[in-house]
Amino acid sequence: MRLPVNAEIAFTHLITRKKQTLVAAMGVMIGITVFIFLNSLMRGFDRSANDSIFRTMPHIRIYKEDEISKPLQEKNEKQEYVIVNPKIANTTKNLINPEQLIRILKKQPDVVAVAPDVAVSVFYNNGESQVNGIASGVNIMEQNKMFNIESFLLDGSLRELEATQNGIILGVGIAEKLNVRLNDNITITSSKGKRKVMKIVGLFKSNNATIDKSKSYINVAMAQQLMNERPTYVTDIFVNVKDPEKAAEYISSFQQMTGYSAEDWKKANEQILAAFRIRAIMSFAISVSILMVAGFGIYNILNMIIMEKLNDIAILKAMGFPGMDVVRIFVMQAVIIGVMGVTLGLMLSTTVITLMQKVYVGGDIGYFPVQYESRYYISGIVFGLAISFAAGYIPARKAADVDPVSIFRK
Amino acid sequence: MNEKKAILQARQIGKYFHDPVTFKVLDNISFEAYQGEFLTIVGKSGCGKSTLLYVLSTMDTDFEGELWIDGQNISRWSQDKLALIRNEKIGFVFQFHYLLQEFSCLKNVMLPAMKLGKYSLEEIEHKAYEKLDLLGLKDQALKPASKLSGGQQQRVAIARALINDPLIIMGDEPTGNLDSRNSKLVFDILRDLTRTYHQTIIAVTHDNDFAKNSDRTIEMEDGKIIHDGFVRNGNIIV
Repeated sequence: MRLPVNAEIAFTHLITRKKQTLVAAMGVMIGITVFIFLNSLMRGFDRSANDSIFRTMPHIRIYKEDEISKPLQEKNEKQEYVIVNPKIANTTKNLINPEQLIRILKKQPDVVAVAPDVAVSVFYNNGESQVNGIASGVNIMEQNKMFNIESFLLDGSLRELEATQNGIILGVGIAEKLNVRLNDNITITSSKGKRKVMKIVGLFKSNNATIDKSKSYINVAMAQQLMNERPTYVTDIFVNVKDPEKAAEYISSFQQMTGYSAEDWKKANEQILAAFRIRAIMSFAISVSILMVAGFGIYNILNMIIMEKLNDIAILKAMGFPGMDVVRIFVMQAVIIGVMGVTLGLMLSTTVITLMQKVYVGGDIGYFPVQYESRYYISGIVFGLAISFAAGYIPARKAADVDPVSIFRK
Repeated sequence: MNEKKAILQARQIGKYFHDPVTFKVLDNISFEAYQGEFLTIVGKSGCGKSTLLYVLSTMDTDFEGELWIDGQNISRWSQDKLALIRNEKIGFVFQFHYLLQEFSCLKNVMLPAMKLGKYSLEEIEHKAYEKLDLLGLKDQALKPASKLSGGQQQRVAIARALINDPLIIMGDEPTGNLDSRNSKLVFDILRDLTRTYHQTIIAVTHDNDFAKNSDRTIEMEDGKIIHDGFVRNGNIIV
């Protein structure tokens, strides 16, 4: 029969030191709260940033890479060097047979949406004022499925673009610079020198200033005309997959399948994402160090208890408690403090998150983008308990090595 | 006496201290302790009698020779196995009572039995009350150990040493810091145990009266046994 004698001793030690126990538990509580809150907040920020990225960018973009002209041979038989001047080959950005590529891509598992796109470099003109940018020739309804353009449309409607051959939906930044409003007319000039008068049928605000100042949506046919191209001319195919985090995994198979280059959103946004990563690493490091400090708190109180209790440890060993039991007694105390701290920490962090969600930040973000992230709750519990355990185990080992004879002989 | 069972046997036990210089504290100690025997070890301070007791107690494992307890040679056993032997077969009474101050007297007495885990908690509590009663402390059972007088604490420590009905009870100056009245009381209790329950008592003492009233006295000097004899009418007989 195993009686919970170790637990009883551990509890008695803690109960006779209520204040110190509570202070150590509060250290853990604060550590856990900071850990959960900070990491949940970072994740919330990442989410809202991703949402803003996915308003204008697909998970995967398939396009034709620029080709560099190559000499037919690098050296001739006489080992004489042939001087060449490699440069971008004068080929079009056209994807051949886009309809079929789209059909194939749509059949792939995990692909949720596919849309063609004709990117045209243009100048937007209104009288003397001129702004340069990119006009996307799209089937607006299809792209709406992918980017939910409707959700950030300020004025006008998508249907109107479908119905108006020379319609254009402008980013608010461009409209501001050209001082135009809905239903005004502007002129656009393509890189091929074609000019068209367009009617503004909508304005959008994606909250990405660069996009808002350069991008517009026009009909595919109009874009093809601006490029002096046939109706099969398509420069990009946009693909959305189920899990954007895994977009990179499809790259090589899509490249093989289509014969063109493919790029995932992470690669296209490497700089921003690197900044996110650094931010996440920093907040993780900060929260873990706070947890460690809480661990030192536990380590301290246990060390103190053990130094005070050398006599008791010697008696327990004389009574027949093996070293492992002594370890258990003190580790149990550390874990009890840890469990108390973690429980309080879970409650406090939930309270803090609930309160912060109601704080309005303004700007692109709106309300504080923090949610109850179960993964950080779980890792908070695991880290908190692991650190408590380690903080108890180190001094407990020392306690187990106490030689009762040397204590009794003093 | 020959038909009596040897509970503890020491065979050529030797031990060295290495700090500050190597020094032989125990030199070729051999003797046997029998069931129901009240054995005292006496000698001048520094003669090695406490060192010998701690070797016999199994807490000190750094020695030469062999130690047999209850028919088993435990000389090279691991600390954990020895802890179990101590829990089950040996009870300790120390000079400075050494109770766990945060626990009640009752809990102090119960702890070794809870560790042994042979009986249910109710049975252990019942036994602990019995042992406290035996030592005249039943009414103090629920008081915290720290609230008791020195003599009372020492008696609680004896009750604790008895809880698992050990074969051997070892004492390091068990009456060392008690007044003569309490000394007498403790002595009588110990003697009673050897008579009634046939438990063996090995006690280190420098109290001559205590030694004279025991069954047998081993006298040590410079780490050797110089005298080992039974006591009759207060005189050691070789």
